[in-house]
Amino acid sequence: MKFVDQGDGTRRIVLRAADLWKSYDDGSVTVLNGLDIGVFEGRTVALCGPSGCGKSTLLHLFAGLDHPDRGKVWVNGVEVNRHRNLLQLLRHEIGFVFQLHNLIPDLTLAENLLIPAIAAGTDRRVARERLRELAERTGLSHRLDHRIQKLSGGERQRTALCRALMNRPKILLADEPTVSLDDKTSKMVFDLLLDLVATEGATLLMATHDRSLAERCDRLVEMHDGRILEHAYDR
Amino acid sequence: MIFPRLIVTNLLRHRIRSFISVAGIAFSVAAMLTVVTILQGAIGMFSGILASDSEIIVFERNVSDLFFSSVPATAANEISGWPMVLHADPVLFGIVSSADHPIITCFGVTESDARIRKATWLAGDRTRFAQHSDDVVLGERAAEFLSAKVDDHVPIGHGVFHVIGILKTANGFEDGGVFMPLNSAQAFFHKEDTSSVITVKLRNKDDAALFKATVKAKFPSLIPLEDAEFTHSYSQFKILKATAWAVGGCGLLLGGLGVANTMIMSVFTRIREIAILRVNGFSNLQIATMIFGESVVVSLVGAALGLATGGCLLFILKLVPALHGYVDVAIQPLVVLIVILLALVTGIAGALYPAAYAVRVRAVEALRFE
Repeated sequence: MKFVDQGDGTRRIVLRAADLWKSYDDGSVTVLNGLDIGVFEGRTVALCGPSGCGKSTLLHLFAGLDHPDRGKVWVNGVEVNRHRNLLQLLRHEIGFVFQLHNLIPDLTLAENLLIPAIAAGTDRRVARERLRELAERTGLSHRLDHRIQKLSGGERQRTALCRALMNRPKILLADEPTVSLDDKTSKMVFDLLLDLVATEGATLLMATHDRSLAERCDRLVEMHDGRILEHAYDR
Repeated sequence: MIFPRLIVTNLLRHRIRSFISVAGIAFSVAAMLTVVTILQGAIGMFSGILASDSEIIVFERNVSDLFFSSVPATAANEISGWPMVLHADPVLFGIVSSADHPIITCFGVTESDARIRKATWLAGDRTRFAQHSDDVVLGERAAEFLSAKVDDHVPIGHGVFHVIGILKTANGFEDGGVFMPLNSAQAFFHKEDTSSVITVKLRNKDDAALFKATVKAKFPSLIPLEDAEFTHSYSQFKILKATAWAVGGCGLLLGGLGVANTMIMSVFTRIREIAILRVNGFSNLQIATMIFGESVVVSLVGAALGLATGGCLLFILKLVPALHGYVDVAIQPLVVLIVILLALVTGIAGALYPAAYAVRVRAVEALRFE
């Protein structure tokens, strides 16, 4: 099932959710309430909204980390459900950046970056080359052999960003990627995020509270009570 | 590259916990190695007594222990006259005690027996053996613990015996034993005209099958076994071996529980990291391999330490005078292999539940609360 841009017909919809419902605690907490959304290939889209409105849950459903109670989710035109090869999705199609860096503290920066390559069985030489390329572009080359505990907050989040892009996914899901950083570092990491997404030709769907960052995306979507409230703008 | 490093890093993160697991396996392996090796040495020594200048042993069929075997003297006399037999020596085993030593092995033998002929006589004269009914020859260690020397009279069991010689053999059992003339031993143990076994040396080893068939035909109540057959089939040896492996196995089971405990704690404290690996594309197999890899490393390091510790322990035990001749430090490669395999199996079994738990970790739940 392919979704095509109805405008000029040249762009695919790479992320799509239709009539999506999700609740927790045996249905007592509803976080997604019949949500519909589609994201075109190569766009940067920000999801804004109050805490608990379902932003993170939506990202988890796109990544196949959770399953909807009702409704459907498609990534690259293929439905994400229990029958889909979720490992293929996580290894090659999607990169995920979390609020906290979620790095393994006892490994070095380089070793953390290599985790997705190990999972995917990437050739060691190819993985090392990609590692050096990403580290160079994010200014982490001099820190490759340092353990995560020795890195600053910004460096950790940049490492997490590199790790998400290690296997060259074409879709990047970012859940409040700068929330744990100060304003200056946050801006720097976000600049890098947009730059990398543009260079890699990837699509970005990002949950954020920070409207100043959100407004730098191609499209800003307001969420409330598990629904899309409005498309604040779509450049 | 990183996969083995991940395994080692996980183990080094909680060094004391990992060390305790390794130590558990190491002590278990050392215990198993020591017990099994000592026992096999003891079995080897006992077999050596029987195999002394002989290749076939004849004893009473269906007895659980050679001490209960009763072979008529007529059988020994007849067998020694068979053309294929070079010599047949009746031996009577008995257990006696003295004031401070509850168990002393007693050998009733003839003067032509290889144990008397081939031993190194440290004191006394071999030609005096069996001249008087109260004469005994002591093994070197028996002479030590009985504080006896040649021409002393020593109380053994309900009698007092005259020491006419002290001999040294390569066998710990024999060195700690008392040698009596066969007739004296028969009288002492109330087993007139019988022996426990007949040890037989053939003129030609190829006649073994013929010899065995002849014994079976002429003496249906007796069983002839070649030395190797006897070692493999003697029920006491089987019981001893089974006991040794069972004791060692219990030790390894405890070691395995230690590994299981370590791995469970390790997985429980790493749920978030396992979730991170999942989000980055690690499969169930990769997660399980990581957990099993950790337990395999613990088991192998533990096994290596255990083998080294067991080897040292055996070496030290061999130096203890009281155990002289009883401990054989020649560790059999098969025993080493079995011990390593058991340690591995134990470690892997200990990681089964932790691995199963780890592959069930749901990334979204583990990462939801940041």
